[in-house]
Amino acid sequence: MNEILEIIEQDPKKDPSEIALLTGYSEKEVQTRIKELEDSGIIRKYKAVIDWDRVGEEYVYAIIELKITLGDRSGYDTIAHRIASFNEVRSIRLISGDHDLSLTVRGKSMKDVAFFVVEKIASLDQVQSTVTHFVLKTYKEDGVPLFEQEKSKRLAISP
Amino acid sequence: MTDVKKFLSDKIKTVPPSGIRKYFDMVIGMDDVISLGVGEPDFVTPWHIREACIYSLEKGHTSYTSNSGLIELREAISDSFHNDYGVDYNPDDQILVTTGVSEAADLALRALVNPGDEVILHEPCYVSYKPSIILSGGTPVPVSTTRDNEFRVTGEQIEAAITDRTKAIILSYPNNPTGAVMQKQDLEEVADVVVEHDLLVISDEVYDKLTYNGKHTCFSSLNGMEDRTILLNGLSKSHAMTGLRVGYAMGPPGLISAMLLIHQYTMLCAPITAQMGAIEALRNGEAEMQAMVREYNRRRRLFVTGLNRLGLDCFEPRGAFYAFPSVKSTGMTSSQFAEELLHQQKVAVVPGEVFGQSGDGFLRCSYASSLDELKTALEKIEEFLS
Ligand SMILES: Cc1ncc(COP(=O)(O)O)c(C=O)c1O
Repeated sequence: MNEILEIIEQDPKKDPSEIALLTGYSEKEVQTRIKELEDSGIIRKYKAVIDWDRVGEEYVYAIIELKITLGDRSGYDTIAHRIASFNEVRSIRLISGDHDLSLTVRGKSMKDVAFFVVEKIASLDQVQSTVTHFVLKTYKEDGVPLFEQEKSKRLAISP
Repeated sequence: MTDVKKFLSDKIKTVPPSGIRKYFDMVIGMDDVISLGVGEPDFVTPWHIREACIYSLEKGHTSYTSNSGLIELREAISDSFHNDYGVDYNPDDQILVTTGVSEAADLALRALVNPGDEVILHEPCYVSYKPSIILSGGTPVPVSTTRDNEFRVTGEQIEAAITDRTKAIILSYPNNPTGAVMQKQDLEEVADVVVEHDLLVISDEVYDKLTYNGKHTCFSSLNGMEDRTILLNGLSKSHAMTGLRVGYAMGPPGLISAMLLIHQYTMLCAPITAQMGAIEALRNGEAEMQAMVREYNRRRRLFVTGLNRLGLDCFEPRGAFYAFPSVKSTGMTSSQFAEELLHQQKVAVVPGEVFGQSGDGFLRCSYASSLDELKTALEKIEEFLS
């Protein structure tokens, strides 16, 4: 099971027949298991990691730190769910340390992002303060390095 | 011009050049070759190990170490064998850190062999053993293993090769080039013969971690073999550290001290930077190693199935990272096959006879290459065959 997940995490496009070959399961078994994994929500989504900078499509990313004051009846989950609903928010995490929630936000421009933070996030009752860090360059995303890696220079034949 | 050759020792003249070299010379200079000729991991040494090396340099660890190797490393080696195989080697006098298994094998032979002594080895096998035996003054006595027996050597075969000059047997499983492994009971058969004829075994288990479906049996863990085994191992293959050159030999103190004697006058000690990396690898490298082994296993399934589909009969290699298909169905010799395949399709493989006569008719294909490369190689072999 984990073996299938590992392969899919590396390459979601891999054919079930090839996964079968790699793992030693039958193709049918692989299909059934993948279906189970999808149905149970273990596989949430198949996703591509894209280097948008190369496309020339200029997205602006920012990491926003939020301090939260919890209301009488609402916990972190409630406010997090609410913030997660915005399309601009790419990820949201409850973290330990100086602040409580950390969001990654994507917008078309810096103005876009700034507006979103001021208008939509800072105005929420539970949000006590915000700190916005604009992302200047992404070097690695979801475990995938976004720069050219040097090819290893192995001898063509060796003992 | 002076004929410098006349200065060479007689011993050197009896060592044939490596068959691998010939293919290396052919491939070098060719562009875009997909090479299945590589006997080393295609992974880079895991980052935490590289970092340990870098950090040791930053801290200024650039001196010689004890001749036997850093005690921390010997302790880490000892612990890992205790945990993995339940065998115990005392880090003080039973473990010697060497520059790769290559040096360890050479030391073992030089410590044991008198002129004319015979050393039995099973073929096909790693290319260095035979020359190393000759260079140590001994006589190699090859025993052929066969496809029918999945390239395992039997106690019976070894027994048949024993003479009153026999000193030792080299065992190397999981095997390079065949990918064969020995089961515990196969090894027990060998052990019986070893006891009966009062011999020693040099067991090169550098591929022990690369064992698929089934557990590796460490030769010295067998009854009575602890005192009769020089166990060789290292980090080259298991932790993708070929270029760092760390290996080790373990055995009875009397033998290890003899090897240490040669080592201290020739190599002095293994490089400290690599030893530092090795400590990190043994202490914290299990997860990354397992991940590499899982990846090899996937490639193995894909590649071996692919070869059999193409009609190149290949038994299931259960260890190392080599497939050893037969080309007998094509009517070509393995050298012809390898040369033609290289020239027509730019796929490099190593003909089996390089590893001993019984390898004739087979190819060594390393699957320590990316899945994409392996798939392309299979397509090109298919084209070559059609
Ligand atoms: C069976 C065997 N022993 C030893 C070695 C050499 O190992 P090291 O890099 O530790 O010298 C190899 C390398 O291919 C090998 O296949």
